[in-house]
Amino acid sequence: MIIEYVGVKEINGSLVVMDGVKGVSNEEIVDIKLENGTSRQGRVVQIDGERIVVQVFEGTRRISLTNTRTRLTGHPMEMPLTPELLGRVLDGAGRPIDGLGAIFPVKKANVNGTPINPVSRVYPKNYINTGISTIDTLMTLIRGQKLPIFSGSGMTHNDLAVQIVRQAKISGADSKNFGVVFAAMGVQKDVAEYFRKSFEESGVLSRVVMLLNLSNDPIIERTLTPRCALTVAEYLAFELDMHILVIMTDMTSYAEALREFSSSKGEIPGRKGYPGYLYSDLASLYERAGMIKGHPGSVTQIPILTMPNDDITHPIPDLTGYITEGQIVLDRALQGQGFYPPVSVLPSLSRLMKDGIGEGYTRADHQALANQLFASYAKVIDARALASVIGEEELSPIDKKYIEFGKLFESRFVNQGFTENRTIDRSLDLGWELLSALPRAELDRVDDALLDNYYRG
Amino acid sequence: MNNNVIYGINGPVVTVKNADCFEMMEMVHVGAQNLVGEVIGITDRLTTIQVYEETTGLKPGDPVTGTGAPMNVLLGPGILDNIFDGIERPLKEIEQQAGAFISRGATVSSLDPERLWAVTLKVKPGDRLEGGQIYATLPETPVIEHRVLLRPDLSGVVKEVKPDGEYRLHDVIAVLEDDLGDCHELTLCQQWPIRTARPVQQRLTPSIPLITGQRIMDTLFPIAKGGTAAIPGGFGTGKTMNQHQLAKWCDADIIIYVGCGERGNEMSQVLDEFSELIDPKSNRPMTDRTVLIANTSNMPVAAREASIYTGITLAEYYRDMGYHVAMMADSTSRWAEALREISGRLEEMPAEEGFPAYLPSRLAEFYERGGRADVLCGTEGSVTLIGAVSPQGSDFSEPVTQNTKRFTRVFWALDKALAYARHYPAINWINSYSEYFNDLDPWFRENLGDDFVEFRNRVSALLQEESSLMEIVKLIGSDVLPDDQKLVIETARVLRVGFLQQNAFHAEDTYVPLEKQKRMMQVILYLHTKSKEIVSHGIPISKIIATGLFDKLTKMKYDIPNSRLEMFDDYMKEIDDKLGAILP
Repeated sequence: MIIEYVGVKEINGSLVVMDGVKGVSNEEIVDIKLENGTSRQGRVVQIDGERIVVQVFEGTRRISLTNTRTRLTGHPMEMPLTPELLGRVLDGAGRPIDGLGAIFPVKKANVNGTPINPVSRVYPKNYINTGISTIDTLMTLIRGQKLPIFSGSGMTHNDLAVQIVRQAKISGADSKNFGVVFAAMGVQKDVAEYFRKSFEESGVLSRVVMLLNLSNDPIIERTLTPRCALTVAEYLAFELDMHILVIMTDMTSYAEALREFSSSKGEIPGRKGYPGYLYSDLASLYERAGMIKGHPGSVTQIPILTMPNDDITHPIPDLTGYITEGQIVLDRALQGQGFYPPVSVLPSLSRLMKDGIGEGYTRADHQALANQLFASYAKVIDARALASVIGEEELSPIDKKYIEFGKLFESRFVNQGFTENRTIDRSLDLGWELLSALPRAELDRVDDALLDNYYRG
Repeated sequence: MNNNVIYGINGPVVTVKNADCFEMMEMVHVGAQNLVGEVIGITDRLTTIQVYEETTGLKPGDPVTGTGAPMNVLLGPGILDNIFDGIERPLKEIEQQAGAFISRGATVSSLDPERLWAVTLKVKPGDRLEGGQIYATLPETPVIEHRVLLRPDLSGVVKEVKPDGEYRLHDVIAVLEDDLGDCHELTLCQQWPIRTARPVQQRLTPSIPLITGQRIMDTLFPIAKGGTAAIPGGFGTGKTMNQHQLAKWCDADIIIYVGCGERGNEMSQVLDEFSELIDPKSNRPMTDRTVLIANTSNMPVAAREASIYTGITLAEYYRDMGYHVAMMADSTSRWAEALREISGRLEEMPAEEGFPAYLPSRLAEFYERGGRADVLCGTEGSVTLIGAVSPQGSDFSEPVTQNTKRFTRVFWALDKALAYARHYPAINWINSYSEYFNDLDPWFRENLGDDFVEFRNRVSALLQEESSLMEIVKLIGSDVLPDDQKLVIETARVLRVGFLQQNAFHAEDTYVPLEKQKRMMQVILYLHTKSKEIVSHGIPISKIIATGLFDKLTKMKYDIPNSRLEMFDDYMKEIDDKLGAILP
C-alpha cells in the first residue's frame, strides 16, 4: 500500500517540513507531486519522530502548504548504471537530457558510495604522461590520484583540463578502456559546450559521460551532481575495468550550494559561513579516487575550483588542498604575460609523484632535476623581490643570473602551446638546458654524477 | 526493558525518546544492522547517541540496545602488525568479509580468537598478583614479547595455573581469587574503556631523548621519551612525510600510527612502505612493531573522533608492559573538526570558529595521557605523543593550533616558504621550540659530551643572527654587508642546506646517528671560527669562498657515510691546510 501525504507544514529555502510521516528512513528519496502535474524529488535530511525535514532538489518555488502530494520511495538516492551511459549527456541528478531516450539500468547504486577499505587500496604508482612540461616534470599526475586545479575566474583552467584529456597517455591503456566522466556544477552553458566540442574534436566524445548542472539549474541538485558522477566513474572503473578520468568543475559552486543548504537548515556555520562538515563532505567526494586490489581499472580526479578573489587560504581551496594529493595552482600574473599554461610552479605539488617517477617510470634524473628546478626558481623569486627594492642594476652578479634564469624558465619551460605535446624526455632535457644557465656551484640539490652527465654550462 | 527505539535522526546523531536505562558514554547498538554508537547526552526526555557508521536507511522505530559498558577496546596479543579502523575493527578481516568497500554493521572480533599463541606462565598457585602485574608472556611477533597483564582494578592470590603451551585468546590460563574470595578467570585478553587513562605507579620526568635521526629534531628541537610534540603546517608542507620519517626511524619499541581523517592512498603507502622497510636493529620488517589505525577522511566522522582514543589506549597498554611507545596522530585537526561537527549536530553553543568550548579541555586530556612512568608491573615505560595539526589557511592563530601549543612542549612549525623551495624537513628554525632542553641536558652531556650542547647553542645563535641579517639583506642586498657579517650568512647557508635540510629519500641521509650530527656541527663551526680569524686580518671573504670549503661542507652529508665518521678528521685537516695557505 502506498501512502501519499498531502501538504507540508513549513517551507524554508529549499527545505520543507512534513508532519505525521510514518516508516520513513534516513536519507530516503521522496517524490513530491504538485497540483499542476509536475513532480519533484527530495531527500529526507532530518527525522524527529513523525516530523521530517525534506530537501527538495529542484527548489521550493510554487510549493504551498497544501498543493503537494508526497510519496516515500523506500530507497536512498540511486544512480542507474549501465555501460550504455558512455556518450550520454545527463542532468545534474543523472537523468538523460540529450533526447536519446531513457536509460535502462543494468544495476542501481547508492550515490553516496561506501568508503574504500584502506587495506584494499593499491598505492598509485603509474604516471600519466600529459605532455605538459610543468605537470610532467614538477607535479607528475599519477593514475588513481586526485589532483585539483586551483584557478581563478577568467583563467585558462578549462583549456588546461581539455589539453590534459586530449594528450593524457596512460601506459598500458588503449583507447578502448579509457573514459572520461565530466561533472559540471554551476558552470555556464558556454563552458559546458566548450568541453563537449573539445571532447568531440579529440575523438573521445563516445567515451565521455557528461553530467550537467548549469548555472541556472536548481542549486540543491548541484550537491548531487558530483556524487552521481563518481558513482558512474566507480562503476566504469571497478566493474568494467576502465581507466576513468573525472573532471569536476567548478567545486566552488558545489561548496556554495552546500552552504546554502546548510544555512537554510539552520546549522551552525563554520568559517566564512560554510558548514562545519565541509571537510568531511569534500573528502567523501575526493576520496573516491583510487585503485583497488584485484581490479585493473582506476579513478583519477581532476577537480577544478576557482579561488574566490584568487585567495588560496579561502576555505574551499584550503580544505581541498588538505584532502587531495597535491594541486596545480594557476597564476594570474603569468597569464597576464601571455604564458600558457600559467602554472605557478612553487605552490604546485604532486604528493604521489615521488614513487611514480625515476628509473623504470620516467628517467633516473627526474627527481633530482625537479628538486633543483624548484629550489632555483625559489631563488628567482627572492632575487626579484630584492630587485623591486634596490633595482635590477644593483643586484649581485649571481642574482642577475637568477633573474635571467627566471625569464627563460617562464618563457620556455612553463610556457607551451595549447597544441604542443612534449615528451617526458624533451621536458627533462629542457629543464637541464635551462639550469645550465646557472653556475654549476649553485646547483646544490644534484649530485656530481648527474651534473657531469647533464650540466652543459 | 528492551523497547528503546529510534525517535530522531540527524546525520550521525540519533535520539531515543523516554529511555531511562542508558548511561553516559555507554556503547550501544543501533538499528537492525547493529551499528555501533555511543551515548553522548541524556535528558529526562531524550537520549542522544552518536553513531560510528553511516546512518542512511535507519528508521524511527528501529531498536537501540545498550551494552551496559562504556566504549571499550579489546587488549591482547594480535594487536601488532595489524590495521584497525577508528573503533578497533580489523580492516583486513572486514575486507575478507565484505570486499573492497567497507559495509556497515560488520561484526568481526577485534583480535583473532582462533589463533594459537605459545604462552609461558609466569606465576604459580599461591602467588599474590597485584593489578597490572604480568602473569604470562608470549611472543607476539618475532621482535616483541607480549606480556599478559592483570587488569589494573583486580588483585588477589593465584589459585590455579595451566601448564605452558598453546592457547587461544579467550582460553582460561589461570584463576585468581580476590580478597573478597571471588574467583576470576584469567585469559590472554582484557577490555578497557578508551576514554579512561590506564593507571601507572608514578610519573617520571622525561629525561631521555627520543632519538629520531632527523638532524633538526634531534639537535635543535629534541623531544623526550614520554614527551608531547605538535607538527603544525599548511597543506603540502610535509606533515605526513615528517610523521612517516619519525615512525620509521625513532628509537621507540612500538609505533602506533593513527591516520585520523586523512587520505586513503596515504594509508596504503604506509602499509606498503612499512612492510618493506627492514628495521636495522632486528632485521625484521617495521610492521612487526607497528599498529596502524586508519580512519580515512571519508569514513564515518564519529569513529574519527574515537580513533585518537583507541590509539592512545593501545599505546598505554604496551607502555604498561614496559615498552617505549611512540604514537603519531595525523591529524589532530581532523579530530577537532569531528568534535565540531558532532557538537554542531547537538546544537551546542559554539566558541571560537564554531569549535565547541570544551575543545581545549579535550586536547589537554589527550596530551596528558602521554608521559614516562613507572608502570604497575615494576618497570618503566613511556608514551610519546606526536600530533600533526593542519591549521586552516596555514594560519597558526586558529584555535586548534593555539590550544595544542598550550598542551605540548615541542613545537615543530612547518613553513610554507621552505616547502615551496623544497627545503625538507620544512621546520622553521625561528618559530619552533622545545621545552625539553633542561630535562634532556644531563643526558646529552653524559652521552655526547659537553661540547654537543655548546655546538647546538652556537648553531642556533648563528641561525638567529642570520635571520636578523636577512632583514637587512632583503632591503639593500648582501653586497654592502661587512665581511664578518657576510661570513655569518655564508656559514648559515651551509647550516641550512648542509645540516638542517635532510633528504628522506637518500640511503645515508634519511637517518643520521647523533654522533655524526655532532661531528657535522663541529666541522661547520670549525670552518666558521677559522674563517672569522682570517676575516679579522682584513683578508676579503671572497678568498675563503674561493677555496670551495663551504660547498664541500654543504655536501658532506652525502659524502661521509654514517659508518665512516673518521672522515671528519680529514675535513678538519683540509680546513686547516686550505685556510692556512690564505693567511699571510
